[in-house]
Amino acid sequence: MNQLWYTEQHTGGAGFSFKVEEQLCSRRSEYQLIEVFKTLEFGNVLVMDGCIMLSEKDEFIYHEMLVHVPLAVHPKLRRVLVVGGGDGGILTELIRYPELESIDLVEIDREVVEVSKLYFPSLAQGFDDPRVTVYYDDGLRFVRQSEASYDLIIVDSTDPFGPGESLFTKEFYGNCMARLNSDGILVNQHESPYYRENAREVSLIYSKTSAIFPLARCYQAHIPMYPSGHWLFGFLSLKYDPIKDHDPERWEARGLSTRYYNSELHRGCFALPNYVLDLFNAALDED
Amino acid sequence: MRKFQLSQIKAPLYEALLRYKKRRILSFDVPGHKKGPGNPELVEFLGADTLAVDANSMKMLDNLIHPVSVIKEAEELAADAFGAEAAYFIVNGTSAAVQAMILATVNPGEKIIMPRNVHRSAINALILARAIPIYVDPGLNEELGIPLGMSYEKVAAAISEHPDAKAILVNNPTYYGVCARLAEITELAQSKGLKVLVDEAHGTHFYFSEDLPAGAMEVGADMAAVSLHKTGGSLTQSSLLLAGEGMSEDLGYLRQIINLTQTTSASYLLMSSLDISRRNLALRGEETFSKLLEYARYARSEINKIGGFNAFGKEFLDGDAFYDFDETKLSIHTRAMGLAGIEVYDLLRDEYEIQAEFGDLGNVLAILSIGDRPMAVERLIAALSEIRRRYGRDPEGLLASEYLAPKLLLSPAEAFYAKAEQLPLEDCIGRVAGEFVMCYPPGIPILAPGEEVTAEVLNYIDYAKAKGASMTGTEDLDLERLNVVK
Repeated sequence: MNQLWYTEQHTGGAGFSFKVEEQLCSRRSEYQLIEVFKTLEFGNVLVMDGCIMLSEKDEFIYHEMLVHVPLAVHPKLRRVLVVGGGDGGILTELIRYPELESIDLVEIDREVVEVSKLYFPSLAQGFDDPRVTVYYDDGLRFVRQSEASYDLIIVDSTDPFGPGESLFTKEFYGNCMARLNSDGILVNQHESPYYRENAREVSLIYSKTSAIFPLARCYQAHIPMYPSGHWLFGFLSLKYDPIKDHDPERWEARGLSTRYYNSELHRGCFALPNYVLDLFNAALDED
Repeated sequence: MRKFQLSQIKAPLYEALLRYKKRRILSFDVPGHKKGPGNPELVEFLGADTLAVDANSMKMLDNLIHPVSVIKEAEELAADAFGAEAAYFIVNGTSAAVQAMILATVNPGEKIIMPRNVHRSAINALILARAIPIYVDPGLNEELGIPLGMSYEKVAAAISEHPDAKAILVNNPTYYGVCARLAEITELAQSKGLKVLVDEAHGTHFYFSEDLPAGAMEVGADMAAVSLHKTGGSLTQSSLLLAGEGMSEDLGYLRQIINLTQTTSASYLLMSSLDISRRNLALRGEETFSKLLEYARYARSEINKIGGFNAFGKEFLDGDAFYDFDETKLSIHTRAMGLAGIEVYDLLRDEYEIQAEFGDLGNVLAILSIGDRPMAVERLIAALSEIRRRYGRDPEGLLASEYLAPKLLLSPAEAFYAKAEQLPLEDCIGRVAGEFVMCYPPGIPILAPGEEVTAEVLNYIDYAKAKGASMTGTEDLDLERLNVVK
């Protein structure tokens, strides 16, 4: 009987394991090691440099939360930039909104897109939409050099080390802000608040973003495969408040079917546990 | 690319340390941490592997004071890699190599020609050697406010004015990447009987690329102090002293001079890092530095597009005191931004977690080295563009750097050893400085022992302090008072 298990170490003393039926892919790109496992419990799983990026079973939580939350707040979104997100999951949620006129995606690693098209075809659907333009470039360089302006920037990055490192810097957030229209919104993956090392990153990201954006909030979701299962997203905005400007009627009228996100959850996900709020206070104290 | 004579794939000292580690020799010698057991926090911090090779000299590991086996071979390989007659491993920093060059060639009371914009270590060596400096105005680029590399004519004039001078010290390059006409200066000085000593603290990489300025050994200089740790990848404080053909009769004497001041317990961590880095440079240096030049050229052009910054380069070459330029030194003139270089330097670190090499009044310097990657370069450019967006202002009222020609009233040694008194800065005008004043980095003295304290110098010090430069060198750590000769 197959006894092959994969463990991602979340800390020196804790990990997350799943049983592997088959390794479908292992490629070393210019930037990272990309692996895909076929698993019993989670369907196909994408792992990069030893960190689980997504699984077929639970990807909907992450992608829905990064897309529908800002889309239910900003009243007239037209132009969107996705930084990272080479698996296509964000695009595939975005293209469900007909009013979006253009969606740019900048991904540093062409091979992530290729792997996704092969092993996660349902996620990669978004690449075929005519409104989508893909740029293979360093995300930081792209936002610095670009002259376009966006209503929404979604930062779907890997972790603050390795190829995604520069997407967690103040110079990145600052250059993003310069690319946003005056009522623009930026949402980003904001790491997990639970384990100590991750929690430190949460504080760091918050201290950098809150110094740049007039409104900086976080919201949460439960993602089974990610460290501790408790995940945060950042909501950074130049004008709209995620609660006060939340327009559930308008969003409900679209009749989009979702598996995680709903309007009640939108209001609730900005309510954070005290230990998480303490991380933000710690971040501000450090300044 | 130069062909090597020896097999550069070897790393004899590193290999000896691997053998030493494998044998698990029981230590009843120093160092007393005995590979770790007595000092658990140090093991935790530096790692057991590091402590296992922090050894003492012994038969299988040779001895830096008197190398006969693996250190000797490692030094021979280093000499071959740099095209030198001989190479000496230095573990007291490049300062020690600069001092050895001067002590080996200039006796007490003898003269040495040098530009005033030398590093503190060179003037320290003058104190140790009790030598007399003949300062040559290095020249100044007015637009950038940076000192240059000494014009050929000024060097020739100094030599004919001081026919008794024993040596000349040349920076190759200066901190800002500026190179003088080293080949011609070398030829002239040697024809007049002077030894040519080259401070190549920032020029290690010159030896491994044809697109970079010439190295001292390539042009036949007598000695060069090469900071392998600065751009070559070895550990901080490890360095090389290179000797050219002109020293071939004096190689043993040079070793004795080095031994006067160098530690008798040379660190094997530092020495093995020299051996491993030399091999890396010889095998991969050319490829690495050609990539690095691409990054540097890209960074320059992108930074210049931001506006307000001038990442200057070869367009300033003048065929003389700015004869050549090290493009891996990303020197950026900041005045049009309305910010002093030191302010940009501080913003980079405090706001963007980016540590530049130094900032002075008009420039900030980012050093690109063997360790750089495209992503790092992108971060630097993006941070600079943010600094412009957030902090850029009207450049009115910024002071330009200028060359303050020193008036040498006593030799550095006379002033340093003279009876001194400590006075408030404003009372020092007209007196002879008994100590250094400098911004660190770059560590080039504003005032050195033996020089007259003038109102201009004090103005400059006040301004630099106000802009946030960290001032060093004085006994009074706050630099409210200065030691002057009684």
